[in-house]
Formats: sequence, structure tokens, C-alpha cells
Amino acid sequence: MSVAAELKDSSPEKLLAPVLSAFWDEDRSWSLDVYRRHEGYEGLRKALAMSPDDLIAYVKESGLRGRGGAGFPTGMKWQFIPQGDGKPHYLVVNADESEPGTCKDIPLLYANPHSLIEGIVIACYAIRSSHAFIYLRGEVVPVLRRLHEAVREAYAAGFLGEDILGSGLNLDLTVHAGAGAYICGEETALLDSLEGRRGQPRLRPPFPAVEGLYACPTVVNNVESIASVPAILKNGKEWFRAMGSEKSPGFTLYSLSGHVTSPGQYEAPLGITLRQLLEMSGGMRAGHRLKFWTPGGSSTPMFTAEHLDVPLDYEGVGAAGSMLGTKALQCFDETTCVVRAVTRWTEFYAHESCGKCTPCREGTYWLVQLLRDIEAGKGARSDLDKLADIADNINGKSFCALGDGAASPIFSSLKYFREEYEQHITGRGCPFDPAKSTAWADRPEVNA
Amino acid sequence: MTTSSSEHGVSLGMPEPPAPAYPDDVRERLAADAREIVARYPDSRSALLPLLHLVQSEEGHVTRTGMRFCAETLGLTTAEVTAVATFYTMYRRRPSGDYQVGVCTNTLCAVMGGDAIFESLQEHLGVGNGETTDDGKVTLEHIECNAACDFAPVVMVNWEFFDNQTPGSARDLVDDLRAGRAVQPTRGARLCTFKETARILAGFPDERPGAVEEGGSAGPASLVGLRLARGESEPARVVHPRDGGPHDEARAAVHEPSPAEHLSSHDAPHQTSASDPAHPAGPAAEEGE
Repeated sequence: MSVAAELKDSSPEKLLAPVLSAFWDEDRSWSLDVYRRHEGYEGLRKALAMSPDDLIAYVKESGLRGRGGAGFPTGMKWQFIPQGDGKPHYLVVNADESEPGTCKDIPLLYANPHSLIEGIVIACYAIRSSHAFIYLRGEVVPVLRRLHEAVREAYAAGFLGEDILGSGLNLDLTVHAGAGAYICGEETALLDSLEGRRGQPRLRPPFPAVEGLYACPTVVNNVESIASVPAILKNGKEWFRAMGSEKSPGFTLYSLSGHVTSPGQYEAPLGITLRQLLEMSGGMRAGHRLKFWTPGGSSTPMFTAEHLDVPLDYEGVGAAGSMLGTKALQCFDETTCVVRAVTRWTEFYAHESCGKCTPCREGTYWLVQLLRDIEAGKGARSDLDKLADIADNINGKSFCALGDGAASPIFSSLKYFREEYEQHITGRGCPFDPAKSTAWADRPEVNA
Repeated sequence: MTTSSSEHGVSLGMPEPPAPAYPDDVRERLAADAREIVARYPDSRSALLPLLHLVQSEEGHVTRTGMRFCAETLGLTTAEVTAVATFYTMYRRRPSGDYQVGVCTNTLCAVMGGDAIFESLQEHLGVGNGETTDDGKVTLEHIECNAACDFAPVVMVNWEFFDNQTPGSARDLVDDLRAGRAVQPTRGARLCTFKETARILAGFPDERPGAVEEGGSAGPASLVGLRLARGESEPARVVHPRDGGPHDEARAAVHEPSPAEHLSSHDAPHQTSASDPAHPAGPAAEEGE
């Protein structure tokens, strides 16, 4: 391959694929007018021309997998809804984006809410639902404002309401603001919360597909999953499958944050690597090197510089010992204390533990006590084994995945940075200077 | 879960008498709103979270009177309502400021400077976590990840984004809030009071003209990938992560700029770091004043 061709292949134009983000820089990108100018609601027309069952099969064949963390095939979730059961069916969109590091659905809804609404209408036609809900975390009022407006516009234009585009489909869409609880991102806790209760996870089975909202068949999908559906309909499943890999097809939003030169959203085919993303965007901040990073939020085991070439798709990240999660690539450089980072994440899990099950409620509490001691130089060597032991008693033994998420940073940091924990213990304190990690550390003019 | 004992002093073991009801005119006004909220759901109990936002918009926090109103509206006991209201962190259980200033101190923001910002504001305002300034303007608290990590460190005021903050810009921000000067979030509409925000959260759209479109389509960091994909910015020169990873040798020939060099020729990071024009988070305006 010639040098020029090689350069071309690794250029951002080749490696990135803006679909959902394709017109976020246009004036009023969030409005119905602009969305329609970009062939908005064309996917819906194609969907309505198919039978609901064919539509479900089509989305299944596209290979779209959930973008909220677990990666479950979206079409299959739809297929699980029993048909002809005489009960109402519901679609609930999980817009409770709260996983530390995750910041994709919020900018998506802020700049392009109609992609979600179009996806919702398509999904409801497929699963025969006449009422859908968007459960948005409450702490993002600018997004709520635009969702209110987008729903109003969609009703006025006949994309919601009665007999949508003459298809006979009736659909109401309710935007519901949460009230501050990370646990509500867990789908069954979200359903309890939407029913007006404390957000605590439910025992499964029954799964939401059988007994979800109001004990009726319910699909719970992530924002990005549903928002990706219109583009698949509009451009075809082959177009979608041409991106990414056989088992992880399509495009997705990667969110780069932390000690990097250009933090932000990068929409690309699944399978891009962190090295490629950093190379095209200016790398780590000047004069620093990557120390550790998360592939998909704080609940996914951390990686180090060894993992720069791991393909960021479901299989690639899984094979390397972590999870793709929400593709929240939080990058920390060598100025960052791993013990401090993990302590803070663990405090978060302890704060957000809903209290329903003992391993998580008690385990996260004790993890925090041990970690605070270690960080403050008051730990003992035996505390490291105790940390691992407690994490082991939470992982896989809790009611929901919050507990597993709390154990992930503990296990992975002990695996890659045990020496740094030991340094805190033997040196009786933290060897790092937090001032060197700040965004303004290398700007001497900023005197904080 | 904490209890509201701080609000009423130490309990002497006697049950509290029932909370007083709202005055008739307030109750009628809220009841009309409540009917609208309940009508959005197939099952009335689903209206509880928005109803709690609604009563918070009336009084600035969730009072026993507010919870009684929710209970009566939905046919629940006040105990059932209290159980829910105390579970969620956005419901305030005591009188608080017009502006709730939340500093993200989850790991990424904390490391990027959120801890320093939070410390600086505590000192500057003379209040601790969850406390309100004497003038009743600002309640300071640390918050968890608010889904804006690419704009770290993040400060939220009444749940509007103030991106890429520094201790200096955050101190200016709270000074402006206390002095009653207009403050513009980095993304989103002009700031409104906490009560007005709570009404939007109850599901009543912001009626202020132009509020929906204020703040532009997307923040600068949200557009970084899009601009690169279009070739609108020069591909940034490679500063590679110097990881000692498998590719290092092969790439040894790649120019590695010194820290003094201008590293990225595209504009996004510059916009990001000074995205609030009123308070250039950046160096220049920072301290010299």
C-alpha cells in the first residue's frame, strides 16, 4: 500500500461515521424542520409499509445491539413481546444516563431529539404499543426543554397522536423526568420508579417483556439504540451491517473524556480502537501519557496503555477482560492516583446503592471505609486482600448489576496497579499531587 | 436515607400532628396542574414523581404539606409518599437557595479540578455541602456524574450546564448569582429560579420566548468528531500516548512534539476551554482581577 493510501485509511474521514451526529452543527438542529431536511421520518414511512412482524425481523437482521451497556440484540427484545395477549404493551426509553463517564445520550437528545422520537414510533408500531415513555434523568433541564418541544412538534405534524401518517397507528408519548437516582438506569428499577415508587430493582423472572410496566409486556431500550433504528430503515440493513463487525455491526457514539487533547463525541463504526481515536484527535494532553482508562464507564473493568489496540466492539472488549458498556472512554494520565479514582467511584456506588440487597448495601459501605483508610495512608497490607474479598462477595451475588459495577474498578485496579495501593500503605500516604491532574495544571497563568 | 429531623428538631416520641393543608387558592391552582399530570399516565400513581416536582415548584422544597397534597391527589398514605420523596436526591427536604449550585465531584470531574472547585466555593461562600448562604441565594452541594464528562469540570446551577469551569470562573459565577446579575449557562437557556426549574421538571414546558433554542444546537465538544470526519479540521498532529505498547517501535519515526508546541491545529479544544464567554474559564481573565 502506498503511503498516501495508508494515510487515507487512517484519516478521520475514513475512520469516523457521523450518522446521529451528522448535522448537530446546523442551526436549530434539534427542530423538526432541520430533521426533515435530513430525511427525517423517512425511516418511519418505510417501516409503516412493512408488517410489524417483518419490521421486527428486519431490525433483528440488521444486528443492532443495545447501546446502553449490555449489548442485547434490540430486535430480539422486541420479538419477546407476546402478541395477541389482550394486554396493553409499552415502550419505555431509558434516558437515565448516569453511569460515571457516560455522556452520549444527553448531547444526542439536546441536538437531535427527533431521531429518538422517530425511533419510538417505529418501535411501537413493531411491538403494537400505543403508549411510550421517555424516562429522562431529572438533572438535565436543557434536554428536557428540547424533548418537550420535539414531542409537541411531532404531535402537531402528525407523527404522534391518532392514525399516524394514515397507518391506523395511534401513539401517545409521555416525557417523564426522574428525580435523581442512578439505580433507575437499571431497567426494572426504572419501571418501579415510573410507577411512582422508590427505584429498586425487581426479581427476574418475570422479565419486563412479560410483566413490565403495570405488569404488562414492556420493552425497555436505551436512547441510542432506539435513535439508531430510523437510519437503519432509511439506509437499509446492508448499509448498517457494512459497518463494524459480523457480531457487532453498525455505528455508535464514543465519548472521549479526561486528560486528552480533544474530549468529545466521536461517532464511528464499532471496532475502532482508542489508539485510532487518540491519534486523530491530538492524543493525550501535551507532555503526558495514558495511565488507565475505562472502555464503557466506571462499571467496566479499567484498561491500561496495553489495551490501546483493543477493538472497541462487544467481542473485542469482552475478550480483553472488560465490557464495551456505554463506550465512555475516560482517559487518565500518569498524574492521576488510581486509589483516589477508585475510592471516588466506590463512594458513588455506596451512595447510589438502593439498599434492597445486603451484599451491595453493606459491601459498598465497607469498601469505602477500607479505601478511605488506604488513600489516607492508614491502611494495612491485609486490607488489599480484604478489598478483593469484599468485592468478590458483591460481584455476582447482588440483586442487580450495580453491585457488579461496584466490584469492577476494585478488581481491575488491583490487577493492574496493586503496587500503587502498596505504596500508599508502606509510604503512609498518597504519593500524588492532585493539583497536577487538573485541567489547568499545565497552564501556569491559571492560579486556582 | 436521612430523616427530616433537622427540619423539626429532635422528636420527643410523640407522633407529629397531620401537616396543614395548602390554603384553598393554592390548592385549587395546584389541583388543576395535578389533574393535567395525572392524565398523562395510565395509572395515577405514576404521577407521583412529577407531583413531587410540582409541590417543590410551589415552596422550593418538598414540605409535609406538599406530601399531604400528593397523597390526597393520588389516594396514597403520606407514609407512602414520604418513602418515595426521601429516596430521590432531587427533592429538597428543607428550605434552600434560589440557586442550587452543584459541583461534580465524581472521579473524572474531581480529578480534572472538581475537587479544587468545590473546596474553593466552600471557602468563598463560607458554607459546607448542602448549606445555603445567609442571603438565601445559593445552596452549595457536590453532585454525581451529570453526563457531561467531555466538558469537565462541570458545575450545574439549577440543573443547567456550566462547562469547563475553574475555581476562578466558579467563584465569579456564584458572585454573579448573589448579586442578581444575569448568568448564561454554557449550553441551554437563561437561568431561572429553582422553583421555575421544578415546574419544568413536573412536565410543564418552559414558556419563556426563545428558551428552547438558546444555547445553540450543540456544545463544542459534541462537535469534535463531526468536524474531524468532515475534514474541517486538520487532522491533529499525533501526540502518541507513549505507552510502550506494541506499536511504539514502528511509530518511532512519528514526530513527537514537545509540550511547548501548539499541539492541535483544530479549534475545538480552544472553544471548549473558554466556552462561557462571560467567564472565560481560561487563563487570561482568571485571576488578575
